[in-house]
Amino acid sequence: MSEALGTGLSRRQGLGGLLACASLWGGTARAQAPPVIADWAQLYSPYTAGRTPQAARVLVITPRLADNGLSVPLSVRVDSPMRADDHVRRVVLLSNRNPRPVIAEFELGPWSGKAEIATRVRLNGSQEVMALVETSDGQWWQGKAEVEVTESACLDAG
Amino acid sequence: MQARIQLSSPVRRGQPVQVRLLVEHPMETGYRFDFAGTAVPRNVIHSLQADYGGRTVLKARLGSGIAANPFLQFWLLPEESAELRVQWQDEQGVAGQISTRIEVPPA
Repeated sequence: MSEALGTGLSRRQGLGGLLACASLWGGTARAQAPPVIADWAQLYSPYTAGRTPQAARVLVITPRLADNGLSVPLSVRVDSPMRADDHVRRVVLLSNRNPRPVIAEFELGPWSGKAEIATRVRLNGSQEVMALVETSDGQWWQGKAEVEVTESACLDAG
Repeated sequence: MQARIQLSSPVRRGQPVQVRLLVEHPMETGYRFDFAGTAVPRNVIHSLQADYGGRTVLKARLGSGIAANPFLQFWLLPEESAELRVQWQDEQGVAGQISTRIEVPPA
Protein backbone atom coordinates (compact mmCIF):
# COMPACT_ATOMS: atom_id res chain seq x y z
CA MET A 1 0.00 0.00 0.00
CA SER A 2 2.92 2.30 0.49
CA GLU A 3 3.45 2.01 -3.25
CA ALA A 4 -0.06 3.29 -3.90
CA LEU A 5 0.64 6.24 -1.68
CA GLY A 6 3.71 7.03 -3.71
CA THR A 7 1.91 7.24 -7.04
CA GLY A 8 0.29 10.58 -6.34
CA LEU A 9 -3.30 9.39 -6.45
CA SER A 10 -6.04 11.90 -5.98
CA ARG A 11 -8.55 11.67 -3.19
CA ARG A 12 -11.30 11.06 -5.72
CA GLN A 13 -9.58 8.00 -7.13
CA GLY A 14 -9.10 6.69 -3.61
CA LEU A 15 -12.78 7.10 -2.85
CA GLY A 16 -13.65 5.25 -6.02
CA GLY A 17 -11.72 2.28 -4.71
CA LEU A 18 -13.52 2.46 -1.40
CA LEU A 19 -16.94 2.49 -2.97
CA ALA A 20 -16.06 -0.39 -5.24
CA CYS A 21 -15.13 -2.44 -2.20
CA ALA A 22 -18.31 -1.57 -0.35
CA SER A 23 -20.50 -2.27 -3.33
CA LEU A 24 -19.27 -5.83 -3.33
CA TRP A 25 -21.27 -6.36 -0.15
CA GLY A 26 -24.54 -5.12 -1.52
CA GLY A 27 -24.47 -1.60 -2.77
CA THR A 28 -24.32 0.72 0.19
CA ALA A 29 -21.18 2.47 1.23
CA ARG A 30 -21.80 1.69 4.91
CA ALA A 31 -22.39 -1.99 4.35
CA GLN A 32 -20.19 -4.32 6.36
CA ALA A 33 -21.90 -7.57 5.38
CA PRO A 34 -21.65 -10.59 4.74
CA PRO A 35 -24.10 -11.38 7.51
CA VAL A 36 -23.01 -12.90 10.76
CA ILE A 37 -23.11 -16.67 10.81
CA ALA A 38 -24.97 -17.11 14.07
CA ASP A 39 -24.66 -20.87 14.06
CA TRP A 40 -21.10 -21.74 15.06
CA ALA A 41 -21.80 -25.42 14.42
CA GLN A 42 -21.79 -24.63 10.74
CA LEU A 43 -18.19 -23.47 11.06
CA TYR A 44 -16.72 -26.05 13.41
CA SER A 45 -18.58 -29.15 12.23
CA PRO A 46 -16.32 -29.82 9.23
CA TYR A 47 -13.45 -30.17 11.70
CA THR A 48 -15.09 -31.88 14.64
CA ALA A 49 -17.18 -34.27 12.53
CA GLY A 50 -20.35 -32.85 14.00
CA ARG A 51 -19.31 -32.95 17.64
CA THR A 52 -19.68 -29.86 19.80
CA PRO A 53 -16.34 -28.62 21.11
CA GLN A 54 -16.16 -28.10 24.85
CA ALA A 55 -15.91 -24.51 25.98
CA ALA A 56 -12.84 -24.90 28.17
CA ARG A 57 -9.05 -24.77 28.20
CA VAL A 58 -8.84 -22.28 25.33
CA LEU A 59 -8.16 -18.61 25.90
CA VAL A 60 -8.40 -16.18 23.00
CA ILE A 61 -6.81 -12.83 23.66
CA THR A 62 -7.66 -9.83 21.50
CA PRO A 63 -8.12 -6.17 22.22
CA ARG A 64 -11.75 -5.53 23.22
CA LEU A 65 -11.87 -2.66 20.77
CA ALA A 66 -10.00 -2.55 17.49
CA ASP A 67 -9.92 0.77 15.68
CA ASN A 68 -9.33 -0.99 12.47
CA GLY A 69 -10.07 -4.48 11.25
CA LEU A 70 -7.05 -4.65 8.99
CA SER A 71 -4.69 -5.92 11.60
CA VAL A 72 -6.00 -7.10 14.95
CA PRO A 73 -3.55 -8.81 17.28
CA LEU A 74 -4.88 -12.16 18.37
CA SER A 75 -3.34 -14.82 20.52
CA VAL A 76 -4.55 -18.23 21.53
CA ARG A 77 -3.42 -19.94 24.70
CA VAL A 78 -4.40 -23.50 25.48
CA ASP A 79 -4.15 -25.06 28.89
CA SER A 80 -2.09 -28.11 27.98
CA PRO A 81 1.09 -29.71 29.37
CA MET A 82 2.30 -30.32 25.78
CA ARG A 83 3.65 -33.76 26.64
CA ALA A 84 3.87 -36.61 24.15
CA ASP A 85 0.76 -38.19 25.68
CA ASP A 86 -1.23 -34.98 26.13
CA HIS A 87 -0.75 -32.10 23.75
CA VAL A 88 -2.47 -29.77 21.34
CA ARG A 89 -2.54 -31.08 17.82
CA ARG A 90 -4.41 -28.41 15.96
CA VAL A 91 -5.60 -24.83 16.39
CA VAL A 92 -8.14 -23.37 13.98
CA LEU A 93 -9.12 -19.72 13.98
CA LEU A 94 -12.70 -19.05 12.90
CA SER A 95 -14.55 -15.84 12.24
CA ASN A 96 -18.32 -15.61 11.96
CA ARG A 97 -18.39 -12.43 9.95
CA ASN A 98 -15.51 -12.64 7.50
CA PRO A 99 -16.21 -13.56 3.88
CA ARG A 100 -13.89 -16.51 4.48
CA PRO A 101 -14.62 -17.83 7.96
CA VAL A 102 -11.47 -19.94 8.30
CA ILE A 103 -8.72 -17.51 9.20
CA ALA A 104 -5.93 -20.01 9.74
CA GLU A 105 -5.05 -23.52 10.84
CA PHE A 106 -1.98 -24.44 12.86
CA GLU A 107 -0.50 -27.81 13.67
CA LEU A 108 1.49 -28.09 16.86
CA GLY A 109 2.97 -30.93 18.85
CA PRO A 110 4.78 -31.81 22.07
CA TRP A 111 7.91 -30.25 20.52
CA SER A 112 6.21 -26.87 20.75
CA GLY A 113 6.67 -26.82 24.51
CA LYS A 114 3.91 -24.28 24.93
CA ALA A 115 0.43 -24.31 23.40
CA GLU A 116 0.40 -20.73 22.34
CA ILE A 117 0.08 -19.05 18.95
CA ALA A 118 -0.17 -15.38 18.15
CA THR A 119 -0.80 -13.57 14.89
CA ARG A 120 -2.59 -10.57 13.46
CA VAL A 121 -5.93 -11.04 11.75
CA ARG A 122 -8.26 -9.16 9.46
CA LEU A 123 -11.79 -8.74 10.73
CA ASN A 124 -14.73 -7.63 8.69
CA GLY A 125 -16.57 -5.77 11.42
CA SER A 126 -17.44 -6.42 15.06
CA GLN A 127 -17.77 -10.07 15.80
CA GLU A 128 -16.73 -13.05 17.86
CA VAL A 129 -13.63 -14.98 16.94
CA MET A 130 -13.36 -18.63 17.87
CA ALA A 131 -10.27 -20.72 18.39
CA LEU A 132 -11.04 -24.37 17.85
CA VAL A 133 -8.50 -26.75 19.34
CA GLU A 134 -7.92 -30.46 18.91
CA THR A 135 -5.93 -32.24 21.58
CA SER A 136 -3.95 -35.45 21.12
CA ASP A 137 -6.77 -37.53 22.59
CA GLY A 138 -8.98 -36.47 19.69
CA GLN A 139 -11.15 -34.12 21.76
CA TRP A 140 -12.18 -30.68 20.57
CA TRP A 141 -12.19 -27.52 22.65
CA GLN A 142 -13.03 -23.94 21.92
CA GLY A 143 -12.66 -20.44 23.23
CA LYS A 144 -14.11 -17.20 21.94
CA ALA A 145 -13.33 -13.53 22.11
CA GLU A 146 -15.52 -10.67 21.15
CA VAL A 147 -13.95 -7.82 19.22
CA GLU A 148 -15.52 -4.49 18.49
CA VAL A 149 -14.19 -3.27 15.16
CA THR A 150 -14.86 0.35 14.32
CA GLU A 151 -13.60 0.15 10.77
CA SER A 152 -13.94 -3.02 8.74
CA ALA A 153 -11.02 -4.63 6.95
CA CYS A 154 -13.13 -4.37 3.83
CA LEU A 155 -12.37 -0.70 3.38
CA ASP A 156 -8.95 -1.78 2.26
CA ALA A 157 -8.61 0.15 -0.96
CA GLY A 158 -8.19 3.52 0.73
CA MET B 1 9.91 -11.28 0.00
CA GLN B 2 11.70 -10.05 3.04
CA ALA B 3 11.28 -11.65 6.39
CA ARG B 4 12.55 -11.43 9.91
CA ILE B 5 12.82 -14.06 12.59
CA GLN B 6 13.56 -13.56 16.24
CA LEU B 7 14.09 -15.92 19.16
CA SER B 8 13.59 -15.18 22.80
CA SER B 9 16.66 -15.41 24.90
CA PRO B 10 18.29 -17.04 26.72
CA VAL B 11 17.94 -20.42 25.03
CA ARG B 12 18.05 -23.30 27.48
CA ARG B 13 17.61 -26.96 26.79
CA GLY B 14 14.08 -28.10 27.53
CA GLN B 15 12.71 -24.62 28.08
CA PRO B 16 10.29 -23.33 25.45
CA VAL B 17 11.68 -20.66 23.18
CA GLN B 18 9.45 -18.04 21.63
CA VAL B 19 9.80 -17.63 17.88
CA ARG B 20 8.54 -14.46 16.23
CA LEU B 21 8.27 -14.35 12.48
CA LEU B 22 7.37 -11.45 10.25
CA VAL B 23 7.07 -11.86 6.49
CA GLU B 24 6.65 -9.03 4.07
CA HIS B 25 3.65 -9.90 1.90
CA PRO B 26 0.48 -8.00 0.91
CA MET B 27 -1.82 -11.02 1.61
CA GLU B 28 -4.19 -9.81 -1.11
CA THR B 29 -7.71 -10.85 -0.21
CA GLY B 30 -9.18 -10.79 -3.70
CA TYR B 31 -11.84 -8.40 -2.37
CA ARG B 32 -9.86 -5.28 -3.01
CA PHE B 33 -10.10 -3.06 -6.05
CA ASP B 34 -7.31 -0.94 -7.40
CA PHE B 35 -7.80 2.69 -8.23
CA ALA B 36 -8.89 1.92 -11.76
CA GLY B 37 -11.70 -0.22 -10.35
CA THR B 38 -10.29 -3.58 -11.35
CA ALA B 39 -10.29 -6.35 -8.80
CA VAL B 40 -6.88 -7.18 -7.39
CA PRO B 41 -6.51 -10.95 -7.64
CA ARG B 42 -6.28 -12.90 -4.44
CA ASN B 43 -2.77 -13.83 -3.44
CA VAL B 44 -2.05 -14.95 0.08
CA ILE B 45 0.65 -17.03 1.67
CA HIS B 46 -1.38 -20.21 1.96
CA SER B 47 1.08 -22.49 3.65
CA LEU B 48 3.95 -22.11 6.00
CA GLN B 49 6.13 -24.66 7.70
CA ALA B 50 8.85 -24.51 10.33
CA ASP B 51 11.47 -27.24 10.59
CA TYR B 52 13.96 -27.72 13.37
CA GLY B 53 16.28 -30.60 14.13
CA GLY B 54 14.89 -32.86 11.39
CA ARG B 55 11.27 -32.38 12.40
CA THR B 56 8.43 -30.14 11.31
CA VAL B 57 7.62 -28.12 14.40
CA LEU B 58 4.84 -25.97 13.00
CA LYS B 59 2.54 -26.24 10.03
CA ALA B 60 0.23 -23.39 9.20
CA ARG B 61 -2.43 -22.93 6.58
CA LEU B 62 -3.24 -19.27 6.23
CA GLY B 63 -6.04 -17.46 4.46
CA SER B 64 -7.09 -13.96 3.57
CA GLY B 65 -8.10 -13.46 7.20
CA ILE B 66 -4.45 -13.02 8.13
CA ALA B 67 -3.33 -9.41 8.04
CA ALA B 68 -0.90 -8.11 5.45
CA ASN B 69 2.73 -8.70 6.34
CA PRO B 70 1.86 -11.79 8.34
CA PHE B 71 3.17 -12.00 11.86
CA LEU B 72 3.37 -15.31 13.60
CA GLN B 73 4.51 -16.16 17.08
CA PHE B 74 4.92 -19.70 18.27
CA TRP B 75 6.98 -21.76 20.69
CA LEU B 76 9.34 -24.63 20.43
CA LEU B 77 11.33 -26.80 22.75
CA PRO B 78 15.08 -26.62 22.05
CA GLU B 79 16.75 -30.00 22.41
CA GLU B 80 19.94 -29.54 20.46
CA SER B 81 21.76 -26.87 18.50
CA ALA B 82 20.25 -26.90 15.04
CA GLU B 83 18.90 -24.75 12.26
CA LEU B 84 15.33 -23.48 12.48
CA ARG B 85 14.06 -23.04 8.98
CA VAL B 86 10.73 -21.51 8.06
CA GLN B 87 9.39 -21.84 4.51
CA TRP B 88 6.24 -20.50 2.95
CA GLN B 89 4.53 -20.27 -0.38
CA ASP B 90 1.94 -17.88 -1.81
CA GLU B 91 -0.79 -18.54 -4.34
CA GLN B 92 1.31 -17.26 -7.22
CA GLY B 93 3.79 -19.97 -6.38
CA VAL B 94 6.36 -17.60 -4.97
CA ALA B 95 8.19 -19.25 -2.12
CA GLY B 96 10.23 -17.71 0.63
CA GLN B 97 12.26 -18.91 3.53
CA ILE B 98 14.28 -17.72 6.44
CA SER B 99 16.43 -19.60 8.85
CA THR B 100 18.22 -18.99 12.07
CA ARG B 101 20.44 -21.17 14.18
CA ILE B 102 19.27 -22.19 17.61
CA GLU B 103 22.34 -22.56 19.78
CA VAL B 104 21.61 -24.66 22.85
CA PRO B 105 24.35 -24.25 25.46
CA PRO B 106 25.57 -27.47 27.10
CA ALA B 107 23.78 -28.05 30.39
